[in-house]
Amino acid sequence: MLSAHIQEQINRELKKYPVDQKQSAVMSALRFVQDEKGWISTDDMSDVADFLGMAKMAVMEVATFYHMYNLKPMGKTTITVCTNLSCTLCGAEETVAHLKTRLGIGLGEVTADGKFGLREGECMGACKDAPLFTINNKRLCGRLSKEKIDQILAELDKS
Amino acid sequence: MINIEIDGKLVEAEQGSTVMDAAHKAGVYIPHFCYHKKLSISANCRMCLVEVEKAPKPLPACATPAAEGMKVHTHSEMAVKAQKGVMEFLLINHPLDCPICDQGGECELQDIAMGYGGGESRYAEEKRVVNPKQIGELISTNEMSRCIQCTRCVRFGQEIAGIMELGMVNRTEHAQIMSFVNSSVDSELSGNMIDLCPVGALTSKPFRYTARSWELSRRKSVSPHDGLGSNLALHVKDNKVVRVVPVENEAVNECWISDKDRFSYEGLNSPERLTRPMIKQDGKWVEVDWAPALEYVANGLRQIAGSAGAEHIAALATPHSTFEELYLLQKLLRGIGSGNVDYRLRQSDFSADGKQAGAPWLGMAVADINAADRFLIVGSFLRKDHPLLAQRIRQAVKGGAQASIVHAADDDLLMPVANKSIVTPDEMLNTLAQVLKALAAEKQAAVPAEIAAITIGDAAIAIAKNLASGQQVAVLLGNFAQQHPQAAQIALLAEQIAALCAGRFGYLGEAANSVGAYLAGAVPFAGDVQGMNAAQMLAEPRKAYLLLNVEPELDMHNPQQAMSAMRAADMVVVMSAYKHHAMDYADVLLPVAPFSETSGTFVNTEGRAQSFKGAVKPLAEARPAWKVLRVLGNLLDVSGFDYDTSEAVRAEGLHALSLDDKLGNRISGVAINITTEGNGAGLQRVSDVPIYSADALVRRAASLRKTHDAAVPCVMLHGSQMQKLGVESGDTVKVSQGDASVQLTVQKNDSLPQGAVRVAAGHPATAALGAMFGIMSVERA
Repeated sequence: MLSAHIQEQINRELKKYPVDQKQSAVMSALRFVQDEKGWISTDDMSDVADFLGMAKMAVMEVATFYHMYNLKPMGKTTITVCTNLSCTLCGAEETVAHLKTRLGIGLGEVTADGKFGLREGECMGACKDAPLFTINNKRLCGRLSKEKIDQILAELDKS
Repeated sequence: MINIEIDGKLVEAEQGSTVMDAAHKAGVYIPHFCYHKKLSISANCRMCLVEVEKAPKPLPACATPAAEGMKVHTHSEMAVKAQKGVMEFLLINHPLDCPICDQGGECELQDIAMGYGGGESRYAEEKRVVNPKQIGELISTNEMSRCIQCTRCVRFGQEIAGIMELGMVNRTEHAQIMSFVNSSVDSELSGNMIDLCPVGALTSKPFRYTARSWELSRRKSVSPHDGLGSNLALHVKDNKVVRVVPVENEAVNECWISDKDRFSYEGLNSPERLTRPMIKQDGKWVEVDWAPALEYVANGLRQIAGSAGAEHIAALATPHSTFEELYLLQKLLRGIGSGNVDYRLRQSDFSADGKQAGAPWLGMAVADINAADRFLIVGSFLRKDHPLLAQRIRQAVKGGAQASIVHAADDDLLMPVANKSIVTPDEMLNTLAQVLKALAAEKQAAVPAEIAAITIGDAAIAIAKNLASGQQVAVLLGNFAQQHPQAAQIALLAEQIAALCAGRFGYLGEAANSVGAYLAGAVPFAGDVQGMNAAQMLAEPRKAYLLLNVEPELDMHNPQQAMSAMRAADMVVVMSAYKHHAMDYADVLLPVAPFSETSGTFVNTEGRAQSFKGAVKPLAEARPAWKVLRVLGNLLDVSGFDYDTSEAVRAEGLHALSLDDKLGNRISGVAINITTEGNGAGLQRVSDVPIYSADALVRRAASLRKTHDAAVPCVMLHGSQMQKLGVESGDTVKVSQGDASVQLTVQKNDSLPQGAVRVAAGHPATAALGAMFGIMSVERA
């Protein structure tokens, strides 16, 4: 079941679209699920499908197409490092290596305490700030150096 | 019209059509995979790239609108280079092991690679592997690595079947076709995905590795199942039907067939086939030759006619029998002086007999369904009873038509339904009367006196308003409405509703030859010798029964009554392709050929007579039923039984008929009598005939038997009713009808009307029960 909060958010989203085209809200609906639960299970996809009156399979297509949706449990804070061309040229590999040592996990993994998850991502469209990563798909951190990463991690650790 | 030039040929293309359409019109072939004329344009395979003058890059023909003055080249250097390039990309991940692929020899990718691809592969790296998925008993995905992501199967589900069961998850190199979390593909049209798949990724599970395409001979035939009469090609190897695929006929089945049409052939090769005539001697079955078996039958019939009178002989036949068989059956019966012949085995109301203008039919051409803009569908398990007619209505609805439903169950039709009135069976007539009255008010027409007093509900008003707003209205009666105890009155009201909207009224024919059986005279009121109808023959048991393809416990309206009549009879002659329960009560079993082994004719629900030839030789000693009946006619000295061929029978029975005159739904002389009886104690039975239990052949199709649709039926009850009984979904309950009872699992279904209980008919699990309509009680087991 989708929580009351998610349902409320989806209902608000639905007002943006014609009544007979509820499926337009699918991406937002999946985002709300992920914001609340940290990831999207197939049960959640099924619930979203029922809520929006669309085929389960169609929801799954969307959820698996976009890499920002987590299809398995991730950390409370999930760091997504862009490893596309511009970032790689500017040192994304070092960013990933440093994060791996600091967090003690590999790409696609979660720390034992569930605090941090690490993912590889696609171009965020902010190449001028390369190399960069996002925090929970919400906060963009660019022009990364080891020091800056340590600073961000310390900050995140406190919160 | 747009003038466009393709490879130097001038063509007139329709406004809004694509380069692909124009090329088709010009007779120019453009290679393609994802394009399919019945599906939406996806333009993802890129195989149809062509050069268009003044366009800087090659364009996909399937998605490029034809424009005035356009010059297209499909064989220019640019086009050939594009095709070669696409082909090379498609083959990067496609296994190059055609010799071991089930699709080899009939593969679009293989053909196009031959025509447009390079001779060898430059790709030496690893190919991707896609794990097979379990998606049910009909479609195999074992070779999913062969998929080229054309998404035809996905679009078929969304657009034609009405349910998206397959989808493409992930993207780029990781993209793959699968169902939602290993769920099975349950659509009753799913087999078409096998035909649509241009490669060997989706293959037929029952057919896999039984033959190579070049070993098969293809013989045209006609589906013996539902009333549509889909055109089939039976693929034969070693005198055995090993596969069935559609033959395109835009006016009937388009390019589709239902899974029932496609996979029922397994029943043709069932181990239950009856291979030799058998006679029961001193309680034991012995195999005999044809001559003594037929002598036995003739003597028996002669004796009973002599002692008890010919009216004690009765014949029942399924409407899945051919025109020729039914014609000879009734001719034989009437020849020996009995008019007791009927094919309407599941019907219970015969009050329209002789009062109808002609054979009950669709009232329009099948293709006209697509043009209707308002439907009223009365009493039909539409999707399961008529999978492809449902598909046509779905397309019409997609094009803007609106469908309304009056029924006793609310199964998902996989299309938007404008209005519905779901009522118990005994309220159905009243509901239609309400619609008629509301419609009369809407149209400012006179209200028939019989229904003037009824009160109109909101649902009826909504339906009436909806129908009144249509230009092309179609009112269609389903199997349930035809089996209803007030079928004649329901039909009369439905006809009046259609008449008020200047629309058409028709019956969705239950079986492949429902119309043909009527035309053949296999009804008690046709011809000089009149007799009893199917219900009377059982209510007043006869001494001898001739059963043509009938399994009384599954095919009759009241199996309980049918079985006691069979057990009490002096002689039961069973003409069947199968050994079945008849072993218990019959005296003679005559092995007759199923549709694939005989020539014959089916007249479909729109009155289209389609003849076919036998695709294979009859199995062992089985013989076409028309030949068996011919010999019986000769043995019983009935005149006019000297036919050399089934065509001669057809010529005699059908030639004199101008079909248009013989089809007629108009009923006159039936009185409308709407009683508002209070709901008595007990629940009213609502019974469907499950899709894979509807006839003898499909009951023995092994793979279809493993599908969800063939599961042992549950009792369905409204949630509040279940609460009253104190049962929950999954509990076993005792369902009683009269003095008969069976135990079944109960399932909650809140879309059923209060006071109704849904118990399927036509299934062994419920065969001990009585009539398809009536009062039942349910208690905890």
